[in-house]
Amino acid sequence: MHRTAKLACAAAAVALAATACSSSKGSSAGDSAAGSKTDWSKATSATAGGGMDALVAAAKAEGSLNLITIPATWANYGTIMKDFQAKYGIKITDANPNGSSGDEITALQHDKGLSSAPDVVDVGNSHAVPYTSLFADYKVSTWSDIPADLKDSNGAWYGDYGGYISIACDAAKVAPAPCPKTFADLLNPAYTADYKGKVAMSGNPTTANAAFSAVWAAALANGGSLSNIQPGIQYFAKLKANGEYNPVTDTESTIQSGATPITIDWEFNNSQFASDLKAKGIDLTVSIPSDGHYSAFYDQAVNKYAPHPAAARLWEEYLYSTVGQNDFMGGFARPSEFTAMQSAGTLDATAEKNLPTVTGTVAIPTSAEQNAAQAALTSGWATALG
Amino acid sequence: MIRFGKKLGAWGAVLPLLGYCAIALGLPIWALLWEGLHATDPVTQQTSVSLSNLTASWHGIYLTGLLDSLRLSLLSAVISAILGLVAAYAIAQSRGRILKQAILTASGVLANFGGIPLAFCFIATIGTGGVFQSWIQHVWPSFQLGTFSGIEVVYPYFLLPLMVLTTLPALDGLRTQWKEASANLGGSAWQYWRHVGGPLLLPSALGGFVLCFGSAFAAYATAQALTSGSVPLVTMQINAVLSGNVIANQNNLGMALAVNTIVICGLMMAVYLPLRKRSAKWLES
Repeated sequence: MHRTAKLACAAAAVALAATACSSSKGSSAGDSAAGSKTDWSKATSATAGGGMDALVAAAKAEGSLNLITIPATWANYGTIMKDFQAKYGIKITDANPNGSSGDEITALQHDKGLSSAPDVVDVGNSHAVPYTSLFADYKVSTWSDIPADLKDSNGAWYGDYGGYISIACDAAKVAPAPCPKTFADLLNPAYTADYKGKVAMSGNPTTANAAFSAVWAAALANGGSLSNIQPGIQYFAKLKANGEYNPVTDTESTIQSGATPITIDWEFNNSQFASDLKAKGIDLTVSIPSDGHYSAFYDQAVNKYAPHPAAARLWEEYLYSTVGQNDFMGGFARPSEFTAMQSAGTLDATAEKNLPTVTGTVAIPTSAEQNAAQAALTSGWATALG
Repeated sequence: MIRFGKKLGAWGAVLPLLGYCAIALGLPIWALLWEGLHATDPVTQQTSVSLSNLTASWHGIYLTGLLDSLRLSLLSAVISAILGLVAAYAIAQSRGRILKQAILTASGVLANFGGIPLAFCFIATIGTGGVFQSWIQHVWPSFQLGTFSGIEVVYPYFLLPLMVLTTLPALDGLRTQWKEASANLGGSAWQYWRHVGGPLLLPSALGGFVLCFGSAFAAYATAQALTSGSVPLVTMQINAVLSGNVIANQNNLGMALAVNTIVICGLMMAVYLPLRKRSAKWLES
């Protein structure tokens, strides 16, 4: 009997250790929009709620804004958050900055009614489309400037910034071969030996959106299409068979240490690496592969049960203002209102010049195409590369 | 009567803990099962009872993932258990008290050293552009860090110290006198280990093995950083469906995969506990 009791004690100890890591949640009820008669949680635009001035006043009265999974180094968000706080005196709390879109959706589902729930989310399109029931419809003042294929017609979600898949390369580490500029270059037999073990992505394509998109871009370069990602999986299997593919997740430090001299990633990540590493004496060139143009956008959405409904909406207005959109471009991302701003002449010239050149336009995958590609990749990736 | 009171006392003392376990372990398992047995229709968003997630978790890439996880953790547990036991024996035999203390402390630290930092240490040493890359290419030309054999090289780094940590106390408990007594009775070294040392060590060696298995089976960040999912492991698959940036709307499949891992660990304990009981009985008699 005592042995059983001891065993139970041991099990309990393990349980204690395991649950010690789980966090406690806030318990106070949601703040109400004090000082304003408008119920901002129902407002579908600034005008519908009584105009921008009323929105600013209500947001200031709320005094804080909960963000989630916004890394300060990603698409210039550090600057954007700092400027927003300074301009409106609204305190920003950024939960779980290195989480994923999946984590953001989970937080919306499970933190409903908590004052610590996220007010807005910034998610990949695959995580925006299926969850419109969690979002509040809201159309920013510049709604008509966002291209139609980058937004939900009701205003549940709307693209904020995006970019192309690009190839970055540290010429010094791949010499004597030249830096690859296209997917075809990477398979050029003359360079295979020099690229050996040097080609990386931003991790696991079944988890990381950038890596998933890199596979899709490779598919486009090899006879695939938005409805067929399979050639991309085959392409990476070939890179692996050549010994070129390096499964290590690219980061600034892996590029610096020489572990991943060639990285296939979003242009805003690669350009950010290049800009940061320049100071450390590493010359990284970023090019958009002409044979595989693939672009995708991230989406903004307001939590239907946002604890700070006015601040959430003001944040969206700020992101889609000329300042916010140009700030994204300062972080090497392409703002969704790029074309409209170009014709209005409001683009920041310096930031625009820093973007790699792209010729032609590109189609954005539909939700159905994304689902099909995810399923094909999930079942095919490990099998093809194992 | 006294015995009964004693029994009740022991159970009474453990009751709050059992209650705690029911909440901390029982509830999550119940929630996993509940969610695993439900599916949400992607179009209507209606949730209904369904075996589809459990079925999916036992087929295709998810079955491969489970089997690969099993293969990986069994193999690395065997390697670490054997090498760890030998290492622990060598340490136990040494006379230096300071050495022993230092190794115990170091093992305590290293057994918890995993995740991305560990992966990066190996990338910097034997990965592409690593300090010892040319050397490893020389002795093992086909070696690549981001493969099954690559993980197999990395895992013992934290499993071996775990094995040393769990078996060193038992090895320290082996008294020289027993060996001498066995020799006096004409026993050979083999006979000593077969009939005295081995059975004495078995419970803690088995315990160490099971710990190594569990630790390898549950490990995730190191493998994720090294392989990017090109080696399918169930832990990475759970992460991909629950907390990724790509796959959406499949949380229930993640729960079903988690249920599978609980089943595997349950089976492992079902083998381990009777074995341990048998060897413990020998010690008591």
